[in-house]
Amino acid sequence: MKILVCITNVPDTTAKISFTDSDTKFNKAGVTYICGPYDDYALSRAVELKEQSGGTVTVLNVGEADSEQVIRKCLAIGADDAIRVNCEPTDSYFVAQQIAAIASQENYDLILMGRESIDFNGGVVHGLVGEMLGIPSLSPVMKLDIDGKTARITREIEGGKEDIEATLPLVLGCQEPIAEWKIPNMRGIMTARTKPLKVVEPTGDDLTVTRKFELPAPKGAVKMIAADEVEKLVDLLKNEAKVL
Amino acid sequence: MSVLIFVELDNGAIKKSSLEAVFYGSEVAKAQGTSATVLAIGASSDSELSKAGNFGAKKVLHANDSKLDQANIQAYASVLSAAVEKESASVIVLAKSSLGDAVAARVAGKLKASIVSNITELPDLSSGFKVKRSIYTGKAFAVVEMLSDKKILAIKKNAVSPVETADSAQIEVFTPEVSEADFTVKITGTHKASGTVSLPEADIVVSAGRGLKGPENWGIVEDLAKALGAATACSKPVSDLDWRPHHEHVGQTGIKVSPNLYIACGISGAIQHLAGVNSSKVIVVINKDPEAPFFKAADYGIVGDVFDVLPKLTKAIEASK
Repeated sequence: MKILVCITNVPDTTAKISFTDSDTKFNKAGVTYICGPYDDYALSRAVELKEQSGGTVTVLNVGEADSEQVIRKCLAIGADDAIRVNCEPTDSYFVAQQIAAIASQENYDLILMGRESIDFNGGVVHGLVGEMLGIPSLSPVMKLDIDGKTARITREIEGGKEDIEATLPLVLGCQEPIAEWKIPNMRGIMTARTKPLKVVEPTGDDLTVTRKFELPAPKGAVKMIAADEVEKLVDLLKNEAKVL
Repeated sequence: MSVLIFVELDNGAIKKSSLEAVFYGSEVAKAQGTSATVLAIGASSDSELSKAGNFGAKKVLHANDSKLDQANIQAYASVLSAAVEKESASVIVLAKSSLGDAVAARVAGKLKASIVSNITELPDLSSGFKVKRSIYTGKAFAVVEMLSDKKILAIKKNAVSPVETADSAQIEVFTPEVSEADFTVKITGTHKASGTVSLPEADIVVSAGRGLKGPENWGIVEDLAKALGAATACSKPVSDLDWRPHHEHVGQTGIKVSPNLYIACGISGAIQHLAGVNSSKVIVVINKDPEAPFFKAADYGIVGDVFDVLPKLTKAIEASK
């Protein structure tokens, strides 16, 4: 089985978010970058499937050169090779186009990625890629088992989940608990250094462009209410906050 | 040029978040000097669908082919694309949800449309077409200009506060051809909690964490939620421990909610949890630890034992009705 796993290089979940250049650029100073947590689930499941039934796992990142540290970590976890499309990923349609261009050159049985990136939170790239390749796309996937050409999937829906049966090839947006996160071991880290990482240039245009960033208005001071005065809280929620 | 709004049906009724999308789309249509049309797919009634008129739509296209009763992403995307063509729509609006996002993404792929998700307010049409989206899981916003002719906007809950009118919408049955090729994905089972308020749709959310000490203690959380007509939610450790189902987990890697009121009970407020709830209008935190970081993100706080405060609060809310 040939699996393509698309990963994002994103600020750590605890990173302090700020902007520079009159709020037009993300401030990378002091920020640790990680592989998107949902992408990590996708990669871990891909490596598990490879361990079960053979095949290859290719990691794809649409990103700039500073993504390579995260790409090497994915190779250390068990991917065989990697491709980086050299550009700044800011528009969902543009990113999907890069993935579809790479995917259409090979016959991947599965294209896995996180349900969304944790920087722009779009959650639409898997659907775009599926449409561009003319194959089904499903997200968020919590469980994935493969039996020959058939995939048995559990997808989360509002207030529950649904069971799905579909035929490969498929594009899937993944989330927990599809697999246990994997931590690279020493042998993995050593071999990752020499695994192939191909860099290609992007094609196509952005359909959106970010003009400005903003931070939320600072929260006012919290109003404390004594534990034996809950009636006061009800009154404030009704008459001051007007949410009841 | 017109605005098309895709609404989702729940047992034939238009979802509340979709009515917000209808109002949003109608406001965009007004600003552009055009009209708003709604597309509803699946079984429903004319009286239910005409509700879209109260929120500003002039017309409702109803695709009621029984093949479409079960939500199928590819088939719904084909129907929505056909409706876009029929109405010569240039702006497509929908509420962000697991179905909405999936359908919208495929339609964007079909039409080469720009697509922006998590939109938090009406667009700025003063120069170009600019929308504001929530990014970094609610920790920032981006103002994005949409450059293509066709634009798809997935809006976040509370992006607008709808004003209802007595206007009605004209209903038209819509029967585009649906191809068998769109039905290769088979839904073999659905497991859905019944009789509870849907979490992403809820105006009020009562959420609890490890401070509840065990799943057997959730009764006091459910009682408070019931008194408020609220949905229940939980923190990540609680869902990891299987005290509550995963679809109730709010936070960075769970559901992101933006209700009018979020009440956090016995949750310390790790940055990953805050990321999922920080777009709530009003946050109440109840925790016995006065140093809990959540108080810094709260509007109202009570330092106290949840086992003591929650039943009292439930009583006070019942009494105030």
